[in-house]
Amino acid sequence: MPDFDLQFTILLVASGLMIGLMYALIALGFVLVYKATGAINFAQGEFVMLGALIAAAVLGANLPFWLACLLSLAGMIGFCFGLERVVLRKLLGRPTVSVIMATIGLASLIDGVAVLIFGPGVRSIDLPVGEMPLYLGPIMLQPVQLAGAAVSLVFLVGFSWFFLKTRMGVAMRAVADNQTVSMGMGINVQRYFAMAWALTGIVSALGGVIWGAMLGVDNQLPLVGLKVFPVVILGGLDSVAGAVVGGLIVGVVEALAAGYLDPVVGGGTKDFAPYVLMILVLMIRPYGLFGRRRIERI
Amino acid sequence: MFYREAGIFKTSYAADMALLPAPGARWSAAAFAVLFVVVVPLTCGEYALTILNLILLAAVGAIGLNILVGYTDQVSIGQGAFMSVGAYTAANLITRLNAPFWIALPAGGLMAALIGTVVGIPSLRIKGLYLAIATLASQLIIQWTINHVPFISGGSEASIQVPPPVVFGIKLQSQVQMYLFLMFFVVLALVAAQNLIRSRIGRAFIAIRDQDIAAEIIGINIFRYKLLAFAISSFYAGVTGVLYTYYLGIANYEQFELDVSISFLAMVIIGGLGSMLGPIFGAAFITLLPIVTRHVLDSVGGLFVARADLANFVPSLRLAIFGALIIFFLVVEPEGLNRLWRNIRTWFRTWPFSY
Repeated sequence: MPDFDLQFTILLVASGLMIGLMYALIALGFVLVYKATGAINFAQGEFVMLGALIAAAVLGANLPFWLACLLSLAGMIGFCFGLERVVLRKLLGRPTVSVIMATIGLASLIDGVAVLIFGPGVRSIDLPVGEMPLYLGPIMLQPVQLAGAAVSLVFLVGFSWFFLKTRMGVAMRAVADNQTVSMGMGINVQRYFAMAWALTGIVSALGGVIWGAMLGVDNQLPLVGLKVFPVVILGGLDSVAGAVVGGLIVGVVEALAAGYLDPVVGGGTKDFAPYVLMILVLMIRPYGLFGRRRIERI
Repeated sequence: MFYREAGIFKTSYAADMALLPAPGARWSAAAFAVLFVVVVPLTCGEYALTILNLILLAAVGAIGLNILVGYTDQVSIGQGAFMSVGAYTAANLITRLNAPFWIALPAGGLMAALIGTVVGIPSLRIKGLYLAIATLASQLIIQWTINHVPFISGGSEASIQVPPPVVFGIKLQSQVQMYLFLMFFVVLALVAAQNLIRSRIGRAFIAIRDQDIAAEIIGINIFRYKLLAFAISSFYAGVTGVLYTYYLGIANYEQFELDVSISFLAMVIIGGLGSMLGPIFGAAFITLLPIVTRHVLDSVGGLFVARADLANFVPSLRLAIFGALIIFFLVVEPEGLNRLWRNIRTWFRTWPFSY
């Protein structure tokens, strides 16, 4: 065990918090679809990769950064829209496993086709933020992480506002709560299903740009999607705030595990420490830290 | 032989519960038995037998997973991890204690069943998405543990070599011997599962699948039966892991990673949830898919792109085709390959009066 070092710990926590916000952003894409349509999307990581690939390809053609973001957004919204139409609408009401399997199939389809279209090899996305680390007292912050966290924070706040205050947001929450009653109230449920997927497209494009800038864009990027699950379970599936808290917990746990456990047990704890925490939470609170207990009727 | 059914004329419960209810099914079952036990080993070449062996191996695990996913409706993305538990248990017993196969095999199964029961505990309180992710977590945790504990994994490379099994004094080395060895276990697994589902336990599983709260109200002990489903399914997985170890001559964690769990889930779903032959069809489909794709691409792919480029594209193309076919089957034939098989059979059974 390395000596306890306050500065090292603060550094880990700070970077964990920033990464956590970025996890929360992509977890939101998962939660949106799950809440609205009940579909469990195992391809969220691939969506993020696809968003990143589009942006990286546009940047590779020497076009400006804002255009890359715009095209990535447009591409992902269109992609998710079409996907809902062609595949997922047909799977409504099927057993959970079938939907899981369909999205797993989708994940490998995207993985394969992405390499065929964009070619193998790592691409990079350069955020227009420079390379100089930012010093906050003794803590050094990476500009890429900082920018990613800032973008995530802005959009998470934006989505919260959207769900709480706008007419569409309220309708989406109604659909998530009870589809039959929403239909009875005159809400076009199909339209909001499509909208949930479109919002997931937005989140994936943004997540793709910031995660692509962090890690580089290649076929390893979808592994980020595996982190979504502990985030959503820990936070509960009921609010944007839950996703944020879940993301922050996972980010910090992961950073601390990588900093303190890895040297002791020999690597790899980063990837499963959040899952261990998640299992423990599930044992005590089966519906997550902030989830509502659902009453089932026969 | 050549008469047609015109209704159900069963006069006893025994006839109603028969394993092979259709008239003539005994004959076709016997014909299949002769085909697979006598004709295939005599006629098939080494390569074809290798592929068949891989299908048989997958079939055992898929039958087990189907008990859990298809009959009890508990999602599990951890079948690969339970297989690795069985594999490493057996490998350690074989190398350290010189255990024969008839000890190593059930020991691997029982160890996996034990771990599977522990993993199944959350299923008592959670279901659907939460359970899927809890089992995913167990997959990652078991995988990591095996990889990082030298006592289990045998130190370097995390792999343990094992000698081939000795049955009645014969060392099983050739593909034909292995084929018959594996075939025995597939038949055993199939008959055991079939009878289990017809029993009190199986009916309890199906009741839990259809509506677990209602099942609890009519007096089914959910605690017991859910854990039992996990235990039985994991036992099958453990046995599969041991068989893999014997077949490959090595226990290696890379054979049991997350993508293996996923392909087992794919076998069960594409084959047909909650059917007996479904997992076998699914196992054949998922095992053959990459092999057939490779052969097709090798023979016709050269027409479209240069051969050197082809080598780069094949893995991604295979991945894409795998994904596309899974989606295609789920959208077009939700009840899986078993449903297709039943449609064909019904067509022949009722021909020419198919209304």
